Amino acid sequence: MGLTGLEIFKHLPKTNCKECGFPTCLAFAMALANGKTSLDQCPDVSEEAKEALSSAAAPPIRLVKVGAGDNVIEMGDETEIFRHDKRFNHPTAVTIAVNDNEDVGAKVESINELIFERVGQRYEVDMVAIINASGDAATFKAAAETAAAKTAKNITLVTEDVGAMEAAVGVLAERKPLIYAANKDNYEKMTELAKANGCVLAVKGEDLNSLAELVDKVVALGYKELVIDPGSRETSKVLADMTQIRRLAVRKKFRSFGYPTIAFTTKEDLREEMLQAGVYISKFTSVLVLKTDKKEHLMPLLSWRANLFTDPQKPVAVEPGLHEVGEPTADSPVYVTTNFSLTYFLVEGEVDATRIPSYILSVDTGGISVLTAYADNKFTAEKIAADIKAVGLEDKVNHKKAVIPGGVAVLKGKLEDESGWEVMVGPREANGIQKFAKSNFA
Amino acid sequence: MAVEILKEKYRSSVREVVLGATKEEGGTRAHTIKVGGETALPFLHFEGKIPNRPVVAMEVLDMAPEDWPPSVKSFFEDVYNDPAAWAKKCVDEYGADMIALRFKSADPDLKNASAEDCVATLKKVLEAVGVPLIIYGCGKTEKDNEIIGPLAEAGEGENLLLGVAEQENFKPVASAAMAYKHSVIAQSPIDINIAKQLNILISELSTPLLERIVIDPTIAALGYGIEYSYSIMERARFGALNGDRMLAMPMIGNVSQEVWSKKEAFLEEGEPTWGDQAERSLAWEAATSMALLQAGMDILVMRNPESVKIVKKQIDDLMQDNSY
Repeated sequence: MGLTGLEIFKHLPKTNCKECGFPTCLAFAMALANGKTSLDQCPDVSEEAKEALSSAAAPPIRLVKVGAGDNVIEMGDETEIFRHDKRFNHPTAVTIAVNDNEDVGAKVESINELIFERVGQRYEVDMVAIINASGDAATFKAAAETAAAKTAKNITLVTEDVGAMEAAVGVLAERKPLIYAANKDNYEKMTELAKANGCVLAVKGEDLNSLAELVDKVVALGYKELVIDPGSRETSKVLADMTQIRRLAVRKKFRSFGYPTIAFTTKEDLREEMLQAGVYISKFTSVLVLKTDKKEHLMPLLSWRANLFTDPQKPVAVEPGLHEVGEPTADSPVYVTTNFSLTYFLVEGEVDATRIPSYILSVDTGGISVLTAYADNKFTAEKIAADIKAVGLEDKVNHKKAVIPGGVAVLKGKLEDESGWEVMVGPREANGIQKFAKSNFA
Repeated sequence: MAVEILKEKYRSSVREVVLGATKEEGGTRAHTIKVGGETALPFLHFEGKIPNRPVVAMEVLDMAPEDWPPSVKSFFEDVYNDPAAWAKKCVDEYGADMIALRFKSADPDLKNASAEDCVATLKKVLEAVGVPLIIYGCGKTEKDNEIIGPLAEAGEGENLLLGVAEQENFKPVASAAMAYKHSVIAQSPIDINIAKQLNILISELSTPLLERIVIDPTIAALGYGIEYSYSIMERARFGALNGDRMLAMPMIGNVSQEVWSKKEAFLEEGEPTWGDQAERSLAWEAATSMALLQAGMDILVMRNPESVKIVKKQIDDLMQDNSY
C-alpha cells in the first residue's frame, strides 16, 4: 500500500505512448500514486506489474456500477473529503423504498412521476428499493417483477433472506439490481448469487469493525463489486461512520472501506426523515434509501444534492435569456447582467426587493461574473445588443432603456450604437439596485 | 483486523461567545446562551468537543409583514401588531432559543419610525421574553446607523447581539457594542478574506470585542448558491480549528430572509411539479438550515414554526454522542 510515484514508475512499460491520457509514463505513475487514475488505463502493463501494483494503483474508492445497458448508475470513485478541494464525483443515488406488501405498482408509478424542473434543470429520483417487508419469498419476487415492469429506473432488492433474494434476482437479473445485503450469516450464498448474476452486492456490518471483517471475507471469495453499510441507523452515528469510512478510504487507503456506501433513513415522520436524508447526502452516502415520495420533500433534497455535487472549480451558470421578476409589463425596467449564478441571484434578489416588476436579461457569459466576462470578451456590447434582439425585448417593452452593471459603464456608448437603445449605467454592486430603482423607476 | 479510527487533532478551537446577560451579570435575561466553543468539525463528537448545541432564533418584525405568504403568516396572525406578544409566542409556543428582532418599521420607505419608537419596542420585547435577543435594523444603512446607538444604549447590560457590521460600515455597530457591552454580528459577502479582514478591523477598534463577534458569512438559500456559503463555512471552520484566531468565531445564518424571498417558498401555484406551497416552503427553510448545520452554523435565524420544530429535533439527534 502507498507506493510512491517513482516506485510505480519502475513497473511501467516506459513507452510514453500517451494512451492513458498522460503525457509520459512518469506523469501517469504520479497520478496513480495519488489515486487519480487507475492502472487499467495503461495498454501495455504486464501481468506481473499489475500484480505488484494492484493495491497502490486502485483508486481509494472503487468505481461501482449498478444497472445495465445505458441505464447505469455510477458510484464511488471519490477522492475528496471536502468539496472545496475538488469536485465530489458521483451524486448520491436517491432511492425510494417500496414495501413488497403494499400496492407496488401504484407506488412505483408515483415514483416515476417524481420529476422536478427548476432553474432550467431537471431533477429526478434514481432508484426504487423493493423491501421484503412481508418476509415471504413469493411476495418479494412478485413485487420485484411488478416494479421492473412499471419502471425503467434501477432497482435495489432489500432482503437478508437468501431464498427470497434468489427468487427476486431470478426475475430481473438482466436489469442488474443492487443486492442488499450480505451479512455475517448469509454472505457466502449472497456473494455467490451476486457473482453469478453480475450484480453489485451490499455488505452490511454491525459496526465498523465487523463491516471491515465481512468486506474482507467477501473479497476473499473473489468479489469486489460492493457497496458497504456500517449498520448504524441513528443520525449522529451514521454521520460519524460515513466520515470514518471516507477518511480511512481516502487518506489511509484502507482497502476494506474503499467502496461506495449505502444508508437508510429511520425517521417515521416524513419531514424529519427529509432532514435525516439531507445529512446523509451531505456526508458521503452513495446510495440513500428513504421512504418519502412527497414532492415537497424530495425537491429540496434533490436541489441540495445538485448544489453539493457541482464542481467548485467551475462557475455555476443559470439559464441565459430573459427572466421575469414579478409580473412585468410594457413599462417595466430592463436590467442586464451575466449568467454567473451568484451574480444573477444577487441581482434577482435585489430587483425583487425593489417591488417594481422587471425584466432581467441574463447574457450567456459561460457562467462567469461581470468583470471577468468583460475582460474575457464574453460580455460585450455586440453580444448584449444581439441578445436584446434575440429575446424579443423590443416587442415586450414600450421603451428602449436598459440598465447595465456599473462595473462595465464603458460599454454604454458602444451598446447604444449597436442596439439603438438608451443605456443607463446602474450601480457597481447589486446592493445598490434598490436605491437606483427608487430614483429612476419609482 | 480492527479498524483504526482516524481522529483529527486540531490545534485550536472556535471561541465560545456568551449571548444575553442575567440579573447578576447586569441584564434582565432569564438565562444566557453560549454558542461556539467547538474543537471538532460539525457533530464529530468522536474527536473533539461540541460543547454548545446550535440554536434557533425566531424572527420577529416590529410591524405587520406585508409579503409573508398566508401559510406562514397564519401562525402569527393574532400577534402581528404586537412585537412583544409575537416574541413571547415564539418562545412559549414555538420553542425559540432566541428572538431576532428586526426593526423594519425604521425603513424610510415604509414607516420611517424614529429611534425613540424603536427603543420603545425593544424595551417591550425585553420585558416580554427572557431569552437573549438579536437586533437587526431595516437594512438601509444610513437609517440603521441612526438607530443602532439609541438601541444599544437602551439595552445596556443586556449583551444583545447587534447586527450588522460590514467592511464598509462597521464602526457604528461595533462602537455601539463596545460602548454598551453588547456582542456584534460581522457580516461578509460570501468571502472568507473579507470575513477575516472585518474581524481584524473590529479588533483594532476594540480588542475585547474580538471575543464577542459572531460571523455572518452571508448564506444563500438552497438552490441559490448555498454551496458557496457551505464551502466558505467549511473552510472558515477548518481554519479556526487549525489556529486562525481571526476566523475562530461562531457563525450565524439569516435563513428566513434568504429562503422566504425565493419562489420555492412563496409561490402558491408554483410549477405543476412542485407540490403544495405550505409544505414545500417549510421543507425549503428546514432543508436550508440542515445543510448549513452540516457546515458549522451555530445560530439559525428562522421563520416558520413547523420548520423550527423539525430542525430543533434534528439538532437533538446530531448532538447525540458518536464516540467510538
